[in-house]
Amino acid sequence: MQMAKMVPIPSTGLLTERDLGTAPILEATHLGIEFGGLKAVDDFNITVGRTEIAGLIGPNGAGKTTVFNLLTKVYQPTHGTILLDGKDTHGMNAIQVNKAGIARTFQNIRLFNSLTVEENVKLGLHNHTHYSTLEGILRMPKYWQEEKRAHERALELLSIFDMQDLADHKAGSLPYGAQRRLEIVRALATEPKLLLLDEPAAGMNPSETAELMENIRKIRDTFQIAILLIEHDMQLVMNICEGIAVLNYGKIIAKGTPEEIQANPQVIEAYLGKKKED
Amino acid sequence: MNLKTMNKTTRSNMITYLMVIVAFVIVQVMMAGGNISSSLKGQLVPICAYIVMAISLNLTVGVLGELSLGHAGFMSAGAFSGVVAAQCFSQNINNPVLVLILAMIVGGIVAAIVGVLVGVPVLRLSGDYLAIVTLAFGEIIKGIVNNLFVGLDSNGLHFCMIKNTLEMDTDGKLLINGPMGLLGIPRIATFTMGFVLIMVCLIVIFNLVNSKSGRAIMALRDNKIAAQSVGINVTNYKLMAFVISAAMAGMAGVLFATNFSTVVASKFDINTSILVLVFVVLGGLGNMRGSIIAATVLTVLPEMLREFSEYRMLVYAIVLIVMMLATNNPTLKNALGSFGAKVTGIFKKKPAKGDNANG
Repeated sequence: MQMAKMVPIPSTGLLTERDLGTAPILEATHLGIEFGGLKAVDDFNITVGRTEIAGLIGPNGAGKTTVFNLLTKVYQPTHGTILLDGKDTHGMNAIQVNKAGIARTFQNIRLFNSLTVEENVKLGLHNHTHYSTLEGILRMPKYWQEEKRAHERALELLSIFDMQDLADHKAGSLPYGAQRRLEIVRALATEPKLLLLDEPAAGMNPSETAELMENIRKIRDTFQIAILLIEHDMQLVMNICEGIAVLNYGKIIAKGTPEEIQANPQVIEAYLGKKKED
Repeated sequence: MNLKTMNKTTRSNMITYLMVIVAFVIVQVMMAGGNISSSLKGQLVPICAYIVMAISLNLTVGVLGELSLGHAGFMSAGAFSGVVAAQCFSQNINNPVLVLILAMIVGGIVAAIVGVLVGVPVLRLSGDYLAIVTLAFGEIIKGIVNNLFVGLDSNGLHFCMIKNTLEMDTDGKLLINGPMGLLGIPRIATFTMGFVLIMVCLIVIFNLVNSKSGRAIMALRDNKIAAQSVGINVTNYKLMAFVISAAMAGMAGVLFATNFSTVVASKFDINTSILVLVFVVLGGLGNMRGSIIAATVLTVLPEMLREFSEYRMLVYAIVLIVMMLATNNPTLKNALGSFGAKVTGIFKKKPAKGDNANG
């Protein structure tokens, strides 16, 4: 309990005004996982507001992606609880967590490479396309209806990133930046309440990154969802994140607004130490 | 519907349907004109059965992306249960086509049940491990059927294992005689029924692949973790593809068995599984049209090469290698397409390709 008071919601800026009076979408307390004695993540606490853009930063190997894997149940946490929209996700698997409202992208892009861009998005819509396998094989009216709806919805989602013209291309043949964007679209198609982005700007050039920043904001505003992102591009993080948590050696060493994080001596030592040289 | 987005796959599927229909019509015309050799005529139904085997295995290997080496086991399960069903049905039903359809349905269902029983434990594995275990299950099915005795008399069906201890009435007849296999099978399979079965299986597979379930199956093949992350139930769809594939193999088994008067269990062994896998690999993973062509050519070929009996397997192997090169090498495809290269050309091209790889 003491912990929960000491560690407030990561952001104190925009969040307090916008998400005031609403329950947080994600509340992870004392989250931890051990891999044979190695504590990859230890006593991790985070609270993300309903429409917050939060950042998770830290040096390489700090355990950021492991946190994502815990939240999405790729790994089952050995300690702690995860409350999603007030509901405990204990005992859920990756599929159930997605249905409960967490979608993610991957650090090393995981698209369905041999399928087209549109099919990738339609796979995101999988649990929102309602017809049975038999109706699909027999091509019942329901199939045509739902497929048409899925097709239109897929193009609509692709248009967020102006990718509707690429719908018929194979996902594997897209340039790197477009693959990253497609992963976000696919995740969005599952209609999440919380979107986890694992290094969305990796491999993008500055102008692409700037565009991505705009789009992340746009996604939050249009879909009214929370976004938690891991990123090494400090400009992006400091620009769009309302709250930031800093992870080092599996432990949170600081939380706060971008300004607070930038001024935090512990963070500077652990992660932004290079800034001193400038 | 929206033609623009569906054009490519739909067109490709239509070409496949058309190819099968045209081939069927040509063979029918040739049969009517008596221009077909008796050895080929005898092979028409097995060809159909092998085509169904190839496209159904392609669903597991090409679309789902899991290597199965026990496909003949499902064919066996379907064949034996289907023929027993046919024997029962033919006592009351005089129409052989109806009997065959009912037998195929029974064979398909039994093979599907076996598919579920095998699939539930096996599909927890993947890759090489899955291949080895399916191989073992294929042999287990063969072993069971090899020791199965089934008889039919006025009281109904009688079963026993290992030793023939069936206590039947005097009017009873033995349907499955252990290692001797199926006896006195009603030879009700026809080329037309084989054609119909191919078309039905093709329609099911194409419609499945172009539906949300098919997309989910292909998503598993491409990236399992990503599929889970968008809420796709990996186990369910793996099992679905596996069971549909098994059911089709079962129907192919019924078609195959009812073309002969006796069939033994050892016919459906590892060699048959590998043979069907060769059709699939040669035709291209996920490529149904390729599977059909490969199954046809490689079933007819050994018979055509009978004249060169001494060199038969040698020529068979060379044809296999040439076909694999030709279907997988784009430069070679173009070369063959432009009539530029003959067999000699292929041998010239091969070292050139190696040089590029080294340099």
